[in-house]
Amino acid sequence: MDLSAINPLVLIASLMVAATPILLAAIGELVVEKSGVLNLGVEGMMITGAICGFAIAVESSSPWLGLLAAAGGGALLALVFGVLTQFFLSNQVATGLALTLFGLGLSALLGQGYAGIKPPPSPRLDVPFLADLPVLGRVLFQHDYMVYISILIVACVWAVLKYTRAGLILRAVGESHDAAHALGYKVVRIRLMAIAFGGACAGLGGAYLSLIRVPQWTEGMTAGAGWIALAIVVFASWRPWGVLLGAYLFGGVTVLQLNLQAAGLELPVEYLSMAPYLITILVLVIMSADRGRAALNAPAALGKIFHASS
Amino acid sequence: MLRLEKRPVPSRFWTIMTPVVAVVATMVAGGLLFAFLGKDPVAAIRTIFWDPIFSEFAWYYRAQLLVKAAPLILIALGLSLGFRAGIWNIGAEGQYIVGAITGAAVGLAFYPLDAWYIFPLMILAGALGGWAWAMIPALLKIRFGTNEILVSLMLVYVAEQLLAKMSLGLLKNPDGHGFPGSRNFQEYPSAHNVELIEGTGMHGGVLAGFIAVIAAYVLLNRHILGYQIRLTGQSARAARFAGVRPKLLVAFCLGTSGALAGLAGLFEVAGPAGQITIDFNVGYGFTAIIVAFLGRLHPVGILLAGLLMALTYVGGEIAQANLRLPAAAIQAFQGMLLFFLLGFDVLANYRIRPIKREVA
Repeated sequence: MDLSAINPLVLIASLMVAATPILLAAIGELVVEKSGVLNLGVEGMMITGAICGFAIAVESSSPWLGLLAAAGGGALLALVFGVLTQFFLSNQVATGLALTLFGLGLSALLGQGYAGIKPPPSPRLDVPFLADLPVLGRVLFQHDYMVYISILIVACVWAVLKYTRAGLILRAVGESHDAAHALGYKVVRIRLMAIAFGGACAGLGGAYLSLIRVPQWTEGMTAGAGWIALAIVVFASWRPWGVLLGAYLFGGVTVLQLNLQAAGLELPVEYLSMAPYLITILVLVIMSADRGRAALNAPAALGKIFHASS
Repeated sequence: MLRLEKRPVPSRFWTIMTPVVAVVATMVAGGLLFAFLGKDPVAAIRTIFWDPIFSEFAWYYRAQLLVKAAPLILIALGLSLGFRAGIWNIGAEGQYIVGAITGAAVGLAFYPLDAWYIFPLMILAGALGGWAWAMIPALLKIRFGTNEILVSLMLVYVAEQLLAKMSLGLLKNPDGHGFPGSRNFQEYPSAHNVELIEGTGMHGGVLAGFIAVIAAYVLLNRHILGYQIRLTGQSARAARFAGVRPKLLVAFCLGTSGALAGLAGLFEVAGPAGQITIDFNVGYGFTAIIVAFLGRLHPVGILLAGLLMALTYVGGEIAQANLRLPAAAIQAFQGMLLFFLLGFDVLANYRIRPIKREVA
């Protein structure tokens, strides 16, 4: 094995790209869970976003339109979940699973005829001035737009949740929907908006995979990324910057694993490919072992059905 | 406007009727989907739901029906135990794979010995493999309180990699001219899961499925453990006061569903599939989730739901061949069914009443 073939700077640069789809999906799911809704359909929304974005980008040869379509597709699918759980009061776990199963089928259906096509290239953003820095410039500041947009979304979510009235109301709904309802807040409407936002983010994450990271369309290409995003929200104990850290750590593991494969590590490829999933489990165990802290941050009304009696 | 009024007890009538209504609604929505794809909706629905049972080639398809239904029923029965108690094992696909690998490994270890005890040993190994794989999330949940949904699902991807490794490495057929995949059990009588009655598709897995339905029924209705499962699902707190040990229940529900999924995998690999290959698993573990809900988490319901879901598989294959309907359309169709089911469930749990205008 030749470890010197692995350049740590390239590793960091590709880590940011590898982490972005999960980061987008996870920050969306964080908002959903903060509003007290557990949407397990992230995987389904991601893959639907991946194909919506891919198809529109190919047809219009505009990656921006594609990303917009991905966000719309993800949000639309999320609203199906929203209507079922908020109006028809269905079980959130079961409905989320249904969303994933349906999304996987729907995306495969929509994606027929798109396999093996190259999408239009996405523009790169060289951050002015910073991109010219020696070493650091190349590693941190010469990526595509979405890498920076995803970090921006994290910052916005953090600021809104922490400093604005809207964020306070969202958290109140997530902590106790009955109290929020009694205060006159529209619980269902607020949750629907959060669910749609989560779907849009997951859709963007999926489109990032199919348009920029891979870039190609294959059936089931998200390969569990949506589920890992769910795990990262737990890892972050529902804090936006924690999501960023978790996604980048995870991106690092993925990239390192791919690099080790390329460097010809003795371990068979299949075992290396298990690494991201095994590490996700390990992280979940570490987080849940510290029960006091994990429980402190979890929204109190997470996954509970809201039924206004009056 | 309408409002929902919670029923004190779920309506028996609607509990039984919602799956029927959901299936009809899915047929309508599925028809629209197929029409959107440029296929004749009536022909497509008839091909999926009618042709497998009543067309001129039905004798072949009817056998396929049992072959497809057996793994679905076995897995869904196990899942339903946990789902009733709020324990969510959604990694049945992984347990199915691991059960197939361990069971097949035992069979292949004896090759080419001819003895009566090989197949029973394989069954045992398959169940044990699935059980062990499911005990990972169970133990982590018991010891650390880790979310079993995410862990069991992550393990599906790990199992898929393991399957790839096994079919390329350890279990590869030494006489296979370098092609991936294990020896074929159809050519190894002592380890082959044979058709018990010629031409019916009735193999060991189907028999195991029927036995499991009866066992699950007895467990849920006549045994204290079944009572505890149902009690935990309705009120976890009340169950604690009634002396239910939740950790034991987690281990039992996850372990049993894992063992049943492992069994399903073993019967599949030793029978219809025939060998361990990279693409051995076809998503039965996930479709079984739909079967469990469609069957109302009730053993008899699951039996019927498994047959219905097998019908969509078989019918879907016919529609693929005859109407060029894409395979993914059936998958979307099955997902839609679960949506409708969950949506219509509101009728069982709530009364819908018009809102009366009141003056404060």
